[in-house]
Amino acid sequence: MSSVRVLVGTRKGAFVLTADGKREQWEVAGPHFGGWEVYHVNGSPADPDRLYASQSTDWFGQLIQRSDDGGRSWAPVGNEFVYEGVPGTHQWYDGTPQPWKFTRVWHLAPSWEDPDALYAGVEDAALFSSTDGGTTWSELAGLREHGSGPAWQPGAGGLCLHTILADPTDPARLLVAISAAGVFRSDDAGASWQPANKGLHSDYVPEPEAEVGHCVHKLAIHPSRPDVVFMQKHWDVMRSDDAGRTWHEVSGNLPTDFGFAIDVHAHEPETVYVVPITSDAEHYPPDGRLRVYRSRTGGGEWEPLTRGLPQANCYVNVLRDAMAVDALDPGGIYFGTTGGQVYASADSGDQWMPIVRDLPPVLSVEVQTLP
Amino acid sequence: MIRVVLPAHLRTLAQVSDEVRLTVEGPVTQRAILDALEARYPMLRGTVRDHATLQRRAFVRFFVEEEDVSHEPAEAPLPPAVAAGRTPFRIVGALAGG
Repeated sequence: MSSVRVLVGTRKGAFVLTADGKREQWEVAGPHFGGWEVYHVNGSPADPDRLYASQSTDWFGQLIQRSDDGGRSWAPVGNEFVYEGVPGTHQWYDGTPQPWKFTRVWHLAPSWEDPDALYAGVEDAALFSSTDGGTTWSELAGLREHGSGPAWQPGAGGLCLHTILADPTDPARLLVAISAAGVFRSDDAGASWQPANKGLHSDYVPEPEAEVGHCVHKLAIHPSRPDVVFMQKHWDVMRSDDAGRTWHEVSGNLPTDFGFAIDVHAHEPETVYVVPITSDAEHYPPDGRLRVYRSRTGGGEWEPLTRGLPQANCYVNVLRDAMAVDALDPGGIYFGTTGGQVYASADSGDQWMPIVRDLPPVLSVEVQTLP
Repeated sequence: MIRVVLPAHLRTLAQVSDEVRLTVEGPVTQRAILDALEARYPMLRGTVRDHATLQRRAFVRFFVEEEDVSHEPAEAPLPPAVAAGRTPFRIVGALAGG
């Protein structure tokens, strides 16, 4: 019987939640790396027992942990992230030049095919890769050096590269997103890059339709249609039908189009999920009601999903990497909150239940569907 | 034998439960101790000082007896009591945050 493994990164460690295909009874293991911030835990699509975790603190810096047994045991691998050459400066919040400085790994993206190959998105924004299971890391410096880097400015969470999407049909085609620079696209495995922000409009920057400078919060694709990309921007939910070359807004009837997380149903490429958040000044759901919104039309028309979710006095946030989908049928949807809850729906979002209620603030959620 | 006390998170990472004991060749300095520590426990590389610059991380301090020696030159000899193993070299996580 199939099963699922939910990989949860929190402010104070990592947790692994497992259940059989019914997704009713859950076992909770952890914390792993207790007391450390775990920005992301992710599994290899090619070998589900191979997991990677990004572990950091302000005190002792960055570690990368690797598991070869599905998260039961872990060992640290390489943690030397060195920018190529002399990295120069980006902009600080006040517009002054700020030297590039490595802070942490936000996102880990294992290869579709090779368990030893993966990308890491880091703060200050850059893309690194490893082909030896995380033992050594090299920067794909063409991104940072493509031309607009000196103009990049951090979002409130830092100048972070938080989304890495490799086209499953052609791994040389990459999309990454940086807050608050925007989307960048490569067709040559990361050697060269172009901004991919045409159609974005951001009233909070001096030039609202600038080529770079947009606070993109998250991107999501369905693996069968990599050219269709959905985006939760600082404000606005957007869609591209040409792999990021152009974007159009699909916020439609959402109660607010601010938010962080976005994902696509595993079996329905036009079914998209977001969690609307009140505003950039109020990082909690509108009216204290935690609602996931689902569109079955690829955006534009959205319906609230509330059954099993708190509908009063709820003031948590759902961060950009804290939503994921499983590949079972019916499809499962998962998200974690800054209040430490991880919610699951085993029926495409109609009904929700908390798997756990009292974890540390949840930074990331990934799901593995196991045979 | 040099005695080194690690903060709790680094003891967990290095899989030790108590202070560690290291052999240091030549003059006993901060750099020599950290070189020996990282050679014996490679998982600690990058956690106390930067890989490339060897600069102490901002929220890490070094104490000897009741002295904060964090700002002493990395190549300066440490007190004889450290070299003789009578007192430990303490690596401390700064009190910050909650």
